[in-house]
Formats: sequence, structure tokens, C-alpha cells
Amino acid sequence: MLTATQVAENYFLESRHMLLEIAAHFDRYDAALARDSAGGGNGRAAAGGGDGKIARLREAIEILAAPAAGRERTVALLELFARD
Amino acid sequence: MQIIQPHYHAIARTAQDYERMAMSGVVAVAEPAFWAGFDRLYPETFIDYFRQISEFEPTRAAQYGIRHFSWVAVNPKEAENPTLTREVLKYFPEFFAKPTVLGVGETGLHKSTKNECESLEAHVDMAMKHGQLVLIHTPHLADKAHGTRRVLEVLAGMNVDPERIWIDHVEEQTIRPCLDAGYWVGFTLYPITKCSPKRACDMLEKYGIDRILVNSSADWGPSDPFTLQECILEYRRRGHSLQEAIEVFHNNPCRFLGQNPKFDIQPIRVETLSGEPISA
Repeated sequence: MLTATQVAENYFLESRHMLLEIAAHFDRYDAALARDSAGGGNGRAAAGGGDGKIARLREAIEILAAPAAGRERTVALLELFARD
Repeated sequence: MQIIQPHYHAIARTAQDYERMAMSGVVAVAEPAFWAGFDRLYPETFIDYFRQISEFEPTRAAQYGIRHFSWVAVNPKEAENPTLTREVLKYFPEFFAKPTVLGVGETGLHKSTKNECESLEAHVDMAMKHGQLVLIHTPHLADKAHGTRRVLEVLAGMNVDPERIWIDHVEEQTIRPCLDAGYWVGFTLYPITKCSPKRACDMLEKYGIDRILVNSSADWGPSDPFTLQECILEYRRRGHSLQEAIEVFHNNPCRFLGQNPKFDIQPIRVETLSGEPISA
């Protein structure tokens, strides 16, 4: 089994990469909303169900940053994404 | 679709790469001089390496119908040995005369030390005096923003033609100052450590396609030359036309590299047999 230091170091770049991809996803979404608005539409309305999905991802990030005590983050996120 | 790999370290790859690249539309690669994974000690080691990438590697690529071009440089990681750098630089003109050498690269910065900055300046000076193109490496990860600023500062103090300089490995926090200063920039697609295909497409959409090159990762570390094709697929899936993709992934490399007449692959346009543009 790995030590805590090994876990932190071994997976750092991979997690950094995944976080950057999420950041880029949010930026991409905001840019699309801005384009929609500039085109005369209501960006959020045009997003359809997209806004709800982005909100769910934001909620997931809050869970990552401040998890409930005694609960695995993966379980919490799977339950979050399973919600209607 | 015809594709050019502008930054590809062929000597670290197997012929299977060439075969698969050829099957996926790659018509040319350009190989900058690279770090060997350890610091070389002798000028002669560099000379043989430059011979390998300028004489032998084009023959290996040609077996798959791919044109191979190269660049010469002492890697930034080896710039802490100024005596070695000066000795190797003396041999550059000999390689500038080779039929497939396009210029000086990848020079640049790693830790942005005084020696590295002096080496960068000496490389750029050598290139400008001999009318060569320049490919500049910017540092990775935590050193990137500072290192890119230092690269721009070094260049600002020199008499250079920005149109002939390509600053590579830019990301979201470093692209704008490089473009604003008139340089070409490159995105380098790595599995996890640099830019990703999706983020590259985001930047193409935000900044436009002028003076932008997209490279795959292809060296002896964790890397994948087909991140470039992955990026093309992502770009096309977002609704960009075939011609727009050709502009980015074929014609832009032609435009930058073609400033050296040895790179004679011309920009292309797709159209129907009756001369109509392809809209999809």
C-alpha cells in the first residue's frame, strides 16, 4: 500500500489535469452562454437542460471541497449524479 | 484529411508511429532538437544527434511517405553548461545548410536561470544572423507563467522578427502576451501534463486561428502523437468545417514553416470537382 505522501504525489498531475478539464468545461459553457446572449437570445434559456447539469457539477465540487464527515466522496458524488 | 505534425521527436518513437500517422493523413513532421533524458557532456554527442535527425530520420519517415524536417539546439535543460553550449553553437551553420533543417529549436527556458537566458539569447541571435526560424520552448507546470514572461523579456531586448519565432507550449495563462507581441504560438497536447485537445479547441475558438500551431506530444515520456488527431476530431465535432480544420492543422504549419523555403509543402483548399468549396 502507498503512504499518504506517495498517494498525494503519485496522483497529483492526474488530478490537476482533471480539474483543468472541469475548469475548461465551465469556461466553455460561459463562452457559449455569452455567444447565445450576443446573438439576441437568452443564454440561460437557450441552454435548456445544460444549466441543471452545470449546477450539478458545481454542487459536486462543493462536496469535494467540504465532504460530509464519515462519508466517502465518491459515494456522495455517485448519489448526487443519481438524483433526478 | 492532410495533417502536419509540427513538433515531433521521432528518434524517441517507433516506426509504428510513422505507419499509423501515415494512415491517418500525416504528410510531414518537424523534429526539434530535444533533451535526451540526461545532460550530454560532449559537443560531439550533439553533432551526431543533429546528424541523426537531419540525415537519417528523413529516410525512416520517407518509407511511410512522410516528409521529415528538423531543428537544431542545445536543450534549455543543458544550458547550465555554457562552455558546451558555445561549442555546439559553432556547428549550427553546418546544419543550416542541410536540406531539411528549418532553424533553431527548441531553445527556450526550463528554470529561467541566468545561464538559460544567455543560452536563449545566443540561440536566437545565431538564428537571426543566419536567417533561420526559431522554436522556443516554455517551461512546464509551475514555472510556465514566469518562464514565458522571461522569454518575452529576452526577445524584447533583441532585434528579432516576431513572425519568424514560434513560442511553444502556451496555455490559457500565457497565450495572450505571446500573440499580442506578434509571435506564433503552439499548443502542445499531452495526456496529462500540458494542454488537452479540448482546451486547445477552446483557445482556437477564443483567439481565432491566426499564428497558432497545434502539436501532439511525441517523445520518450508519457505521450501520444494521436492527441493531434483527437484534437482534430474534437474541433470538427464542434461544427468547424473541414477547410477550417485544414487551416489549423495543415495550412498554419505550412505558413509558419514555409517561411523557410526548404519547407515547400503548400497550403491547400478542398473543393468539389466542379470547383465549389466543401461547406461541411
